[in-house]
Amino acid sequence: MERLLTVSLILSGCLIVVILYSLRRSHIRVEYSLSWLAAAIVVFVLSIWQRGLVALGQLLGISYPPAALASVTICVFLVVLYRLSMIVSDLKDNNVALAQKVASLEYHLHRLEDQSEAATTRS
Amino acid sequence: MTGRGRVLLLIPAFNEEASIGHVVVEARQVMPGIDVLVANDCSTDSTAQVARGVGAQVITVPHHLGLGGVLQAGYRLAYELGYDYVVRIDGDGQMDPRDIPTILETLRASGVEMVIGSRYLERDGGHTSVARSVGIRFFRAVLRPILGKPVMDPTSGFVGVNRRALEVFSNSFPLEYPEIEALVVLRRRAFHFLEVPCRIRPRRAGLSTITPLKSVYYIVHVLLGVLVNILKFERHRWR
Repeated sequence: MERLLTVSLILSGCLIVVILYSLRRSHIRVEYSLSWLAAAIVVFVLSIWQRGLVALGQLLGISYPPAALASVTICVFLVVLYRLSMIVSDLKDNNVALAQKVASLEYHLHRLEDQSEAATTRS
Repeated sequence: MTGRGRVLLLIPAFNEEASIGHVVVEARQVMPGIDVLVANDCSTDSTAQVARGVGAQVITVPHHLGLGGVLQAGYRLAYELGYDYVVRIDGDGQMDPRDIPTILETLRASGVEMVIGSRYLERDGGHTSVARSVGIRFFRAVLRPILGKPVMDPTSGFVGVNRRALEVFSNSFPLEYPEIEALVVLRRRAFHFLEVPCRIRPRRAGLSTITPLKSVYYIVHVLLGVLVNILKFERHRWR
């Protein structure tokens, strides 16, 4: 158990550092980093705070604390992935609406250019 | 064409340079003077140039959106431009433009919001594959209780809509595999549809991109889309 907690402590610590580094380099926006940061901190805290992990295991009906940590980690990251899917869906909708708007504006622009050209030719 | 309401022929197209010109010319022979809009889904060939060359208007989306996305761009533009009726026909030449007047007259005379050109009303579907026929039978059974009446050809891409449906589609239209979901979208507004027989021919060029794996994805995707629309329909009805 000790080794597993050490590994999860190191991995979650690394994840926190990577997120903060990415934020500093503007590779990820603050609003999208929050859920990753929160998930990494939850795993980090549970890896250090063993009594909390045992209590959480009892609450969930899991007698083996590493299994409780694994379950919590999976749940937390599923929430993060779900939130990201919502964000991607929103971006996709906005992207389609924008593409349709651009197409419509280009259509009107071409029509105006054609009309202008025809008027110039007539005069 | 402004006789009894302005009519637009909408043709979604993606890499249809070999057939699009013929489809536009053939449609104009049947309906002289009809406005034709090709909704070009960012084709990588010369679909747009060929369409303009035969006198069609072209709206081109800046990147590939898929059938639903590019169709909605066309419907939105048609609504903005004030068209009263829009008839959609595919750009691969499979549909016979001689059926356009039937769809249009039925739209005008009946007052329903959508008229579907059906391959199964008077014949067995002509060139439809076995897999597609099975899928169509499945969706007929699924849609029967939802729509409150049978629909023989729910996957037909040969449809006419009036301005009320155009308004709905310009705001809400499925992005992928739109035909079946579009029927449920209209049903949510208590709109009505009719089917008229239409002819189907082998495609003039290109190959169908449907594979067995895509067929399974199609069925799951459409079923989920229909379910979501039913949930929206119930919420709307109870409000």
